Amino acid sequence: MDDLSRFKQTYFDESAELLAVAEAGLLRLAPGEIDMDEVNAIFRAVHSIKGGGGAFGFNDLVAFAHEFETVMDGVRNAEIPVTTGLVDTLIRANDVLARLLAHAADETDAPAGTTDDTVAALRHFLGKAEAPAEEQPPSPADRLYPDDEDDEAGIFGDALAAIQAARDDQPAPAFAGPVSEGPVPEGKVRWTIVFRPKAELLLSGNEPTYMLRALRRLGDAEVVCHLDKLPSLRDLDAELLHLSWTVTLLADPLVDRAQIDDVFEFVADDCDIRIGAEAPPPAIIRAAEPLPAATATAANLPEPAVPSSAPATTAPATTSGSPGAAKAADGAKRGNGGGAGGDHSGPTTHTIRVDLDKIDRLVNMVGEMVITQAMIAEHLRDLPPGQFQELLEGLESLAQHTRELRESVMSIRAQPVSSVFSRMPRLVRECAAATGKEVMLVTSGETTEVDKTVVENLVDPLTHMIRNSIDHGLEGPEERERLGKPRAGTVHLSAAHRSGRIVIEVTDDGRGINRAKVLSKAIEKGLVQPGATMSDEEIDHLIFLPGFSTADQVSNLSGRGVGMDVVRRNISSLGGRIGVYSTPGEGSRFVLSLPLTLAVLDGMVISVGEERFVLPLTNIVESLRPKPADLHGLVNKCDVMMARGEYVRLVHLHRLFGIPQAIDDATKGLVVLVETEDGSRLGLVVDEVLGQQQVVIKSLEANFRRLDGVAAATILGDGRVALILDVAGLREMSRHGGGYGNSGPDGATPPSPSLPAPADRFDQRQRQTV
Amino acid sequence: MEPSVKKKVMTVDDSRTMRDMVSFTLRGAGYDVVEAADGQQAMSAIATTKVDLVITDLNMPVMDGLTLIRKLRAIPAHRTLPILMLTTEADESKKAEGRAAGATGWIVKPFNPDKLVSVVQKVCG
Repeated sequence: MDDLSRFKQTYFDESAELLAVAEAGLLRLAPGEIDMDEVNAIFRAVHSIKGGGGAFGFNDLVAFAHEFETVMDGVRNAEIPVTTGLVDTLIRANDVLARLLAHAADETDAPAGTTDDTVAALRHFLGKAEAPAEEQPPSPADRLYPDDEDDEAGIFGDALAAIQAARDDQPAPAFAGPVSEGPVPEGKVRWTIVFRPKAELLLSGNEPTYMLRALRRLGDAEVVCHLDKLPSLRDLDAELLHLSWTVTLLADPLVDRAQIDDVFEFVADDCDIRIGAEAPPPAIIRAAEPLPAATATAANLPEPAVPSSAPATTAPATTSGSPGAAKAADGAKRGNGGGAGGDHSGPTTHTIRVDLDKIDRLVNMVGEMVITQAMIAEHLRDLPPGQFQELLEGLESLAQHTRELRESVMSIRAQPVSSVFSRMPRLVRECAAATGKEVMLVTSGETTEVDKTVVENLVDPLTHMIRNSIDHGLEGPEERERLGKPRAGTVHLSAAHRSGRIVIEVTDDGRGINRAKVLSKAIEKGLVQPGATMSDEEIDHLIFLPGFSTADQVSNLSGRGVGMDVVRRNISSLGGRIGVYSTPGEGSRFVLSLPLTLAVLDGMVISVGEERFVLPLTNIVESLRPKPADLHGLVNKCDVMMARGEYVRLVHLHRLFGIPQAIDDATKGLVVLVETEDGSRLGLVVDEVLGQQQVVIKSLEANFRRLDGVAAATILGDGRVALILDVAGLREMSRHGGGYGNSGPDGATPPSPSLPAPADRFDQRQRQTV
Repeated sequence: MEPSVKKKVMTVDDSRTMRDMVSFTLRGAGYDVVEAADGQQAMSAIATTKVDLVITDLNMPVMDGLTLIRKLRAIPAHRTLPILMLTTEADESKKAEGRAAGATGWIVKPFNPDKLVSVVQKVCG
């Protein structure tokens, strides 16, 4: 059985998929409208898990799965009615099964009593409390003797003599050899097997030759074929069997009756089989009477008389030594046989499983290719255009192909968010039950695709946000009725691509954020100065501060101190942002924005002083040189610029980053108008815009540390390191006067570089008071 | 003696794990194996590929095992094709149904690899 352990991982992977299918089906199951196809799918899922589990000896799992399967069988046969109680029990059973699988995968034992309650519940629906039927133990392995192909000649060898005798109108020579004649040798047992199959045997695909061969593997055998029932050629039906046999077998005493019966396993019921055994003397000798061999009636015998001239060897052989080992041709083909690369001429599904490592390597290589291509482009930039036209065109073509290759590779890792969204109905059901609320979950945009690693990291934040919405956001059914809202609250989960990022929203129609409560809590915790004026939006964002929870009682669900700040940190670590919009009495909307691709970015290279930065192309609206008339200064605030009919805050990057010898006057440099995901705009003052380039994203956090306003870093074509700017972060920094340069307009002292840069002014104040 | 050609076995099962295990075991014993995930795929495959034995699970989507057996037997070329069913436990009623449908024999899941090989040898050589 050790050979099969390599399939354990396949089994666990497949079982995980099957559990998900079963769960989804069970969640949709409701009394009244039962989709039998789904019930069958659930049954098959449990059945498969049970089957595979048995193969690896996971006995507890198999026993439990059997109970589960039996109930599912009852449901699909319409013997067990579908009630809410049943569905709950089945969902619980699915969970227990998952737990048992996890233990099996870890090679640990499930704690005693894990399955007791659920099994009792399942049996309740079966209406009985007996012990389950025992799994039939697999029969002991048969000993295999080498099938000597050459001996085939021996089987039919004497056919010639029989045919000759028939032609000569002589009785066929009586075939009697050392096996069937004489006393039984010491240490052996002689079996006499008379096999009279029914005529239709062949029509069920059974083939007597193979059965006879199987008998011959058990010992030395002599086989006599009886032709008494053979009709004339005219009356012969080729698909019917007209023959019978007597086999005399000399075998070791270890060969028992069961093994002989086993040869006829599939046909015993329909055929006349008589088996007698003879031990060596002094037991009473009863010679079996061979049936008289009828003379052959025609030259074309479908199955000539069959004594074996050479005895099969009785030495047990190893399984691997068997059929065809002697054949060189087979030996050569063998090389392909055992491995996974076998020749699949049958239909297979149109997918392929690939190790994630291979994909990661591929992504890395494509990334390096992008850098190399950029470096080449850089070197060729200074060439006089006329002379190297073809080279430049070729390079342009290469850049195009690289872009396409990059997109294809990234899409390999892209997965639809449905894999995360599909876990939410279950969560909603549990949360609703635990809080006594009625909740309806609506999802949209499940097919939106995101890089695999991002998808996996979405589960926790989404779970927490949904729990939050249900626990704190939504009102109970009675209260909602009083307010004129529908009894069931709605949680809307959506995903969409927007300006090169993926935006996920969790919206509820509950009571919204209680701003008064939040503000007072923040003041209480010293996070906010009393009397500070804050916009509604700023108050809402207080919930993202560490340790913040306004729940008066820690509810079972979400008030465990794992606050929205953890959620925000999770999202940030993926390079994303989270925001909240709330309307009291109407509900709240959380917006997560995450990057689509983690590796490569289309960017615009800009210069500020001697430094180079990269701005994501998706954030750029336009770049322009403002006229003095467009610029305005707001007292004690900041500079603004008139652009496209609205005032836009100006951010001098050199001030923000403390870069010397850069252009300060916007009218002498350039302003790049950028936009964040939520549409707010900034004008970044830079020296020059150097050009568009595809850059490979290298994590700054992994190699250095996280910096505000900086999303990542990259290596430009000329080998210089450039920081990729995070536009939303820049907006935050400019608003709150943060930055790495001189103090901002509101006079707040910027932190020294050795401290982690503050994300917002509140942390800053906290640090100052400490 | 001409060199013997490998016998070809088709395994029909919706469980990938099962198909992998059957393929692995039988290939190791010198058989060629082709796979199908349900009865329909099996019917398509067998229309173009000559097989010496079909091993089929009973519970499958699209077309289940018993239907597959009946359909195969209805085709003249396959009236004597060896077909084995994969059953769990000693499910007598399924065995009887299978026999009535024309199955050659059965293998009980979970199967011992040696037993699988010996049954296959018994039924198709």
